[in-house]
Amino acid sequence: MSTQTRRFIFWFLIALFFIHTSLVFTIGTDEDNGKELMTEDAQAGKLLYQKYNCTACHQLYGLGGYMGPDLTNMVSSPGKGEMYARAFLQAGTQRMPNFNLLEDEIKSLVAYLKYVDKTGTSPVKKFEINFDGTITQK
Amino acid sequence: MKKETGILFVSLGLIALVVGILFGSLGAFQFVYPDFLKEISFVKLRPLHVSLVVAWIFLCAIGGIYYYTNTYCGTKLWSEKIPKIHFWIFMVTGILILCCYFMGKFGGREYWEFPAILSIPIFISWILFGINYFKSAFKKVGNWPVYMWMWATGIVFFFITFSESYLWLLPYFRNNLIRDLTVQWKSGGAMVGSWNMLVYGTAIFVMTRITEDEKIAQSRLAFLMYFLGFANLLFGWAHHIYIVPSAIWVRMISYFISMTELLILGKIIWNWKNSLSDAKRNFHILPVRFIVASDVWVFLNLALALLISVPAINVYTHGTHVTVAHAMGSTIGINTIILLASAFFLITDVTKHEFTISQKKIITMGFWIFNIFLLIFWLCLIAAGIEKGILVIDDKLTFQEIMEKINPILIVFAFSGLGIFVGLIMIISPMLKATYNYLFQKEIKP
Repeated sequence: MSTQTRRFIFWFLIALFFIHTSLVFTIGTDEDNGKELMTEDAQAGKLLYQKYNCTACHQLYGLGGYMGPDLTNMVSSPGKGEMYARAFLQAGTQRMPNFNLLEDEIKSLVAYLKYVDKTGTSPVKKFEINFDGTITQK
Repeated sequence: MKKETGILFVSLGLIALVVGILFGSLGAFQFVYPDFLKEISFVKLRPLHVSLVVAWIFLCAIGGIYYYTNTYCGTKLWSEKIPKIHFWIFMVTGILILCCYFMGKFGGREYWEFPAILSIPIFISWILFGINYFKSAFKKVGNWPVYMWMWATGIVFFFITFSESYLWLLPYFRNNLIRDLTVQWKSGGAMVGSWNMLVYGTAIFVMTRITEDEKIAQSRLAFLMYFLGFANLLFGWAHHIYIVPSAIWVRMISYFISMTELLILGKIIWNWKNSLSDAKRNFHILPVRFIVASDVWVFLNLALALLISVPAINVYTHGTHVTVAHAMGSTIGINTIILLASAFFLITDVTKHEFTISQKKIITMGFWIFNIFLLIFWLCLIAAGIEKGILVIDDKLTFQEIMEKINPILIVFAFSGLGIFVGLIMIISPMLKATYNYLFQKEIKP
């Protein structure tokens, strides 16, 4: 393979990468079913989620740690909900430290979890498997 | 006496690896025994473990690239000062990051949990590294071998993906969870691809030096494999986010690209016979032994990666310990083993130290302990993950019920982590002793 061919393939892939990236940043991720719930409180909650490193133990859409449960749909799960989330945030558990959160912080984190819940479903439990190995969510 | 800066990076990397694996082992025990070591919570232990192990990968790869470029690539480093500045920026920033973790000061994202301001020195040091590498590499007469292409790609794409990983600072990305998660895993997935370029490039370099056959690094097949790996780096990341509701084409492109790795798997199987006879012939050479082991781990992890890239399987394994097996198998089984081969090559080349027979026995024993416990560790994670996936999707059990059911497997996993740590200490101790003697000018006793 000549140096020219190597350079051509390299720059061709780079060009595709920039086109692909710009599409991913825009139309590929435009849908947000919960955007009306992304209030100032929820925005603050997102930063608190990072400040307390919640991702070390919890997942959103199956991404994050394994010590605690996936929180994507926690506020709408049967038998759980907003009060359940508040209780954990206020006192912690055997596995989860008590972060001594302020009331405002708890409110913001719950607002963020309510926004997350509206964006989609995780884990996916109802689906059909297609012939090509993909799935269709029901 | 002037000291080689490459060896400073490698020895700091070895220390980071030992401490990182220690924190990982402690974290594993907290996983199964929640009351264990309450003084340092898992929230702190996890980033300590991850950041130190990632630091090891970068330190050892960077140290090797500095040394190999200057010594073997038919060129000289453009600046010999930059590696020293780079080293001290890395060291000081690393200490600040560890202090933040111990004090519970976070604010960043998964894998980069430190406050965002500490990314600035990392950016600066990487720019210096890039300038030095390209200024040096462009002085080389003749075609670049494939490993120089791989290092160049790894350097450029680490910079791009690290920049992408901080796009969350902009509200346009941060305030839309779907975009935010997609970009986070786009950057994270491609960043792993970029450090793989640095590491696999190093593996090809070491094999080229040992066999003294430069044709390996100029062959058509080597470049085809490089471009296949590069395409996967650029477009294969979305298998991490199949369940995130981004546009379908984002996920389909990734599914298709991920399946092209079947070609790499096929090539490994095709070459297996030749590789085995080469391996038997050279197994006594320490770096070769580690490269051979990494070949086996590449095969196992590639097969696992291909399986979990199929959406119908991924729906069961995503968010379970199978993903951890994929991550740990790749960072420990492939990256670490290749980098240990490079560390052996570099340290013996720089220090001219010959390991004694008893040291070689300890290293050999450590090699087997490390690999056997890593296999148990990896299999436990897969078993726990499969069980968790079935219990979540088919049996619809709660998190607590699932954790109780998989806990026995995780206990074996935690103890096998200790085995990995012991094996690693046996491998690394003689290397650290040799570098200590070299750096502090003590006479090396054979």
